[in-house]
Amino acid sequence: MEWLLEEILAKYNYWISITIMLIGFYAMIAKDNLIKKLVGLSIFQTAIFLFFISLADIGPIPRGTAPIVSEAMMHKGYVYVNPLPHVLILTAIVVSVATLAVALALVIRMYEEYGTIEETEIIEEERELGV
Amino acid sequence: MIIPIDLILLSLVVVLAIVAITVRDLLSAIMLLSAYSFLMAMVWVEMHSVDVAFTEAAVGAGASTAFLIAALSRTVRWEKK
Repeated sequence: MEWLLEEILAKYNYWISITIMLIGFYAMIAKDNLIKKLVGLSIFQTAIFLFFISLADIGPIPRGTAPIVSEAMMHKGYVYVNPLPHVLILTAIVVSVATLAVALALVIRMYEEYGTIEETEIIEEERELGV
Repeated sequence: MIIPIDLILLSLVVVLAIVAITVRDLLSAIMLLSAYSFLMAMVWVEMHSVDVAFTEAAVGAGASTAFLIAALSRTVRWEKK
């Protein structure tokens, strides 16, 4: 039983990543306001970034350094964290802000059309219009 | 990975995420999301991924907050319920 507890505590980055992911997912499903849903979407995306960056990290012994190679580092046998997930996540951050911008443009357009940004009110109005 | 700093920052991140989706004022929610992104950038500096950290600080905490506030100025500030 002790090894299980140790295993859970040693990988707390992943547990927190899953917690944040579920917080964002809850906001996307349960909140009525469209901008609140987008805040939830941002939180959800950040959880996935945290998961990937945790994969790249090297544990306490030996400690990894930032992936910048120098002469002095190479001769002293330092290790550095894996730079590949960093590059993937760099792209994902830029994509996430583009997604947010498009979604906000759609929210503004819906507000001009329906006069509200609450999801249930929009659905009611659509039902009255017979869409 | 410096364990105590990492754990403290990540706990703060979870608290900020919960508060950001609970608060009723949308402007407060956006500013809390900005603080959340900035704390996330600090977590990434601590995990030695500096390139991701400064992109997150510029794009996540800067640009997306500006976009959200711009969208809020065209719509309504308060969440109904």
